[in-house]
Amino acid sequence: MRKQKQLLFLIMLGLMAVFVMACSAADNAANADEPADDAENSEEDSGEDASNSEEESDTIKVGVLHSLSGTMAISETSVQQAELLAIKEINENGGVLGKQLEPVVEDGASDWPTFAEKAKKLLQQDEVATIFGGWTSASRKAMLPVVEENNGLLFYPVQYEGMEDSPNIFYTGAAPNQQIVPAVNWLLENRGDSFFLLGSDYVFPRTANAAIRAQLDAEGAELVGEEYTPLGHTDYNTVIAKIKSENPDVIFNTLNGDSNVAFFKQLNDAGITSEDITVLSVSVAEEEIKGIGADVIEGHLTSWNYYQTTDTPENEEFVANYKAEYGEDSVTADPIEAGYFGVYLWAKAVEEAGTTDVDAVKEAAKGITFDAPNGTVKIDGDNQHVYKTVRIGEVQSDGMISELWHSDEAIKPDPYLEEYDWAKELSDSLAE
Amino acid sequence: MQNTIYQKLWSQKIILSVIFLLLLLAPFFLSDFRLNLLGKFLAFAILAIGLDLLWGYTGVLSLGHGIFFGLGAYCMAMYLKLEANAGGLPDFMAWSGMSELPLIWLPFQYPIIAIALGIIIPAVVAFFLGYLTFRNRISGVYFTILSQALVLVVVTLFVGSQNLTGGTSGLTNFETLFGFSVNAASTQTAIYLITVLVLGVVFISCRKLVKGRFGRVLEGIRDGENRMRFLGYNPSSYKTFIYTLSAAIAGIAGMLFVLQVGIISPTMIGIIPSIEMVLWVALGGRGTIIGPVIGAVFVNAAKTGFSESYPEYWTYFLGLLFVLVVVFLPKGLTGLLDKWKDRRKKQDARDSVEVEKSYS
Repeated sequence: MRKQKQLLFLIMLGLMAVFVMACSAADNAANADEPADDAENSEEDSGEDASNSEEESDTIKVGVLHSLSGTMAISETSVQQAELLAIKEINENGGVLGKQLEPVVEDGASDWPTFAEKAKKLLQQDEVATIFGGWTSASRKAMLPVVEENNGLLFYPVQYEGMEDSPNIFYTGAAPNQQIVPAVNWLLENRGDSFFLLGSDYVFPRTANAAIRAQLDAEGAELVGEEYTPLGHTDYNTVIAKIKSENPDVIFNTLNGDSNVAFFKQLNDAGITSEDITVLSVSVAEEEIKGIGADVIEGHLTSWNYYQTTDTPENEEFVANYKAEYGEDSVTADPIEAGYFGVYLWAKAVEEAGTTDVDAVKEAAKGITFDAPNGTVKIDGDNQHVYKTVRIGEVQSDGMISELWHSDEAIKPDPYLEEYDWAKELSDSLAE
Repeated sequence: MQNTIYQKLWSQKIILSVIFLLLLLAPFFLSDFRLNLLGKFLAFAILAIGLDLLWGYTGVLSLGHGIFFGLGAYCMAMYLKLEANAGGLPDFMAWSGMSELPLIWLPFQYPIIAIALGIIIPAVVAFFLGYLTFRNRISGVYFTILSQALVLVVVTLFVGSQNLTGGTSGLTNFETLFGFSVNAASTQTAIYLITVLVLGVVFISCRKLVKGRFGRVLEGIRDGENRMRFLGYNPSSYKTFIYTLSAAIAGIAGMLFVLQVGIISPTMIGIIPSIEMVLWVALGGRGTIIGPVIGAVFVNAAKTGFSESYPEYWTYFLGLLFVLVVVFLPKGLTGLLDKWKDRRKKQDARDSVEVEKSYS
């Protein structure tokens, strides 16, 4: 009996060892200098991964690096799916430079050092032409030194706090002046001038709120409270009690992740509806509304560059394709769309450059445009952000967001808020 | 009989030196990226040795070694961050509204002081904690819970004081170390070799420590603390010493980790990593010095290997591995070796009995 157990264990262990060795063999193959050696090794690992054909001339490897496990998986998986969809579509239309794109998927595991490790692996071992990935600012900051050191490319698809323009990163999400600043202006005009700031305790809410404070100060509006809760926090009764006693016109919500579910439910339970106090969220999109429950958040506002309901022919097609690929229940949202068109922007820049060489692609990417689902987007040559249209929307009872207002044109990205006098102190301190 | 003992020692020493040599020669046959990963695993292995001194030999289970690892790592990272900013204010401080370098960052401008503090701070923190808890005879599961709570406190503190620690993003984007580019392949190889040497030194000195009389006392405390007390030993000072020592070792591991990975954030020092560290020791085999090293390298290699080959399902594989080891090998991987040895011994004994029988 004991012998059997030991045997079973050894078999299991052996199997695992085979897995590990198989993947290290793949690494060797990618790494070997001599072409003969290369061919030999690739034969070995073709059994393990049939799609991983080593004929370099036919495919271009691109990295896809999102959290597929851990707390961020729920948000990042759909962005990853959108990127894979774009890659698939491009391949069906003949690929890039006549070559098929081969996605190399890695799991960032919601852990920032892992993001750095996997980015390094993608650039050094797989020698990918570009990486699409990241969601949290922390994950971007972890990957930044890696892509800069290896002169790689990263397409980062999520709105963020600005104050950054790495020469090796393309930011396809909104800069603060494409989401937060216009939202505050719109709220001041339409909803009132006493603000309560609520956010998760990390770099994006802290920096965003520093900018909002300066902006409110300049506009002569009133800031009645500012609260931060740890990521994943779920008890908002104290915060809601404070909100009740301060009675602001607007709550500017930069909470991220699960906390939104708890906050909106408890706000609703406390009897505060969108008619009493407007909550404007910048990290709640269609995907999150599914989790929060449309009945609880109905009537509250969001600020993004794209909604599933955005009325463009490109979006109609995108939503149809996305649903066809991932099921009728799936919804599209701003970061999903930004991930999707990021792939197309890169592909277009590569076509323009005629090569996947990073410096050439960067040069070719300047001023490139693409008819994305949210409208025409254009890469700003100076800071590698993207011109985008700002849209304020209201959550409907069916979980969709209907647009209340949108900017007249695509707004030029301004990550350091240089065009705003009130932000001078903020951006100056960073320019040092 | 004596002959076999000598043989055993000799062969063990040979095996260990071969492994050590292989590790030293690894830069010649591993790619830069793999070498970097191996270096990271070895940094974890250093920590695991320290943790095993505490758990495997002294019987004190700490689920809070992440913070000592983190303190060391942050000390190193603060120096690197300051050097990367050439005396200027680190970026996160600027956007947190700080205008000048806070007092507690000042000593970290000097590399030697930063490295010294990377060992001293974890040791001092552990000394005070150990002194207070062990003197009051808080032990067993109560100490474990306390250490776990401590992790929660420290992580919340680090996340909360964003202007000092960089918050959840942690510290990253380093450039130079003693004027050398941190990310250059040659620097990384040098850091790897330093890691191997440190591992060697920690390994040998910990082995010396536990093989002697001191090690017997530790095991005595583990197996019967009261008896040791009645024999005139003071278990609390022994425990405090080992706790402090293992914290200092964890601090060294943290510093080596930061140099090779280039980032430290509160996710690396939280509850989950702290428990993972204990898993390395358990999987490798506690109560031996080589066990934790094997465990740390094996678990992390498996983690990396699985997640690279199966990014969607790797967590299941890793979980399966843990379950398998816990069910089949309660003494860890080194337990497997011992079992084989035991059986061979029994076989020998049986053979000799049979020989005797045939004579009689």
